Amino acid sequence: MLYSILCYKSEAEVCSWSRAKDEAVMARHGEVIERLTAQGRCGPVARLLPTTTATTVRAGRKPVVLDGPFAETKEQLLGFFVVDCDTLEQAIDIASELTIETGAMEIRPVHFFAPGSPKR
Amino acid sequence: MTDIAWIDAALTAARPQAIGALLRYFRNLDTAEEAFQEACLRALQKWPVNGPPRDPAAWLILVGRNFALDEARRKRKHDALPDDDMISDLDDAEAPLAERLDNSHYRDDVLRLLFVCCHPELPATQQIALALRIVSGLSVKEIARAFLVSESAMEQRITRAKRHVSSAEVPFETPGAPERAERLTAVAAMIYLLFNEGYSASGGEVHVRVPLCEEAIRLARLLLRLFPGESEIMGLNALLLLQHARAPARLDANGAIVLLEDQDRSKWDRKLIAEGHALVDKALRLRRPGPYQVQAAIAAVHAHAARAEDTDWAEIDQLYAVLEKLMSSPVVTLNRAVAVSKVSGPAAALAMIEPLAPKLDSYFHFYGVLGALLSQLGRTDEARTAFDKAISLANTAAEAAHIRLHLDRLMKDSGAAGAQASAS
Repeated sequence: MLYSILCYKSEAEVCSWSRAKDEAVMARHGEVIERLTAQGRCGPVARLLPTTTATTVRAGRKPVVLDGPFAETKEQLLGFFVVDCDTLEQAIDIASELTIETGAMEIRPVHFFAPGSPKR
Repeated sequence: MTDIAWIDAALTAARPQAIGALLRYFRNLDTAEEAFQEACLRALQKWPVNGPPRDPAAWLILVGRNFALDEARRKRKHDALPDDDMISDLDDAEAPLAERLDNSHYRDDVLRLLFVCCHPELPATQQIALALRIVSGLSVKEIARAFLVSESAMEQRITRAKRHVSSAEVPFETPGAPERAERLTAVAAMIYLLFNEGYSASGGEVHVRVPLCEEAIRLARLLLRLFPGESEIMGLNALLLLQHARAPARLDANGAIVLLEDQDRSKWDRKLIAEGHALVDKALRLRRPGPYQVQAAIAAVHAHAARAEDTDWAEIDQLYAVLEKLMSSPVVTLNRAVAVSKVSGPAAALAMIEPLAPKLDSYFHFYGVLGALLSQLGRTDEARTAFDKAISLANTAAEAAHIRLHLDRLMKDSGAAGAQASAS
């Protein structure tokens, strides 16, 4: 079974971290990533930029692009894709393709990315 | 992290919302601050034992509000003539808390709190000092240090500013769209000034004051979280992030200014650049251009260049042309001239800035750019005069030292093309 672990924390707080504090947290996470990678248990790990950088594509007969994070609690996060795009427009096109009847695809620029290689 | 550290971080993060809501209840800044202080004291007692509440701001508002109401009632019993103004919003405050704590309330509360600090009659430095004290919760000592004045002088300044804003009429009803837009503009300008004060100090020995820049970014982020669809607030955030990303490279080990083209770009903060880029992209999609977005786009072009010689100066020139249309100012034209000198040569740039002389007669950067252009054209004597004038107008020791470097180079090369003297 693969599990995804989603990190939630107040953005206001995380964005106010000093660089030292930020680096300390990343280093601590880095150790875990290293250990799990050595065990062949680590999949992709991504740190997302703040929700203020997010764009949402809402499904519909004609998908609607919204300038914000997907924040309604009615629907839950199902998974995530990491795609390489030159422009936001390209990413919106791909997300529009991926929308499923209802629900939404949120596009978030990725800051830190390690593809990982789970052995299964 | 110790117990106190996480509580401290949570209190700081919740402060603008909490004081903003308390200000709406009590319509008095001192009462709101006092109530918040008391709530913080109780948080320091309770939270280490009970753990953090799920919504720290709501907790602080509830506790602070109850404290202030108790105080008002207690005073009433003591005083023959109670101060009704203090509790004028009593009915309003009795309404169920949950209903009042949704995002839209927070949004207008925080905006109002920031807006109160931007009273147009207050000079910019006082607006900034007031915002740092009230919204950010910095101590008077910290603010005094940032502005390089004595603590007592800053205390006086803040007290005066507070008296000023408390006598001003700020409506407490939920603002309409035009009013909200007006407040946003004023607040964004104040945050921009705060950043500039840190980015390029207006006086003193230290040229860059990182804490002021960081606080400005924190406030800008707060504003963007509250108004995530405002393209100019995205632009403001992007601009501050992209400028601040260069902070580690802007001064050398001795505190001397390192020009943009000479900076070690590996020291630039890639994370801030990525976030700034993302926000510029997002803002430009909305097709509601504004001065912050265009300035951010210019900063993004610089950040995009791996080496100084890779900079797309033609793009920067075009963006400055857009900025001139949106916000005509001699300073914008001066900056555009730097791009023009790269694209079309120093003579074209010089022709562009010469007419600005009367308007920028006391502007340090004008004479810096003028001197650099003249020296590139081999007009050594005139360049020296311009650099001398720049030194006499320098705001900080680092600025003066930087121009002296140009003068030294001028003496040595005696007319050979000098480096740009524009701002880093």
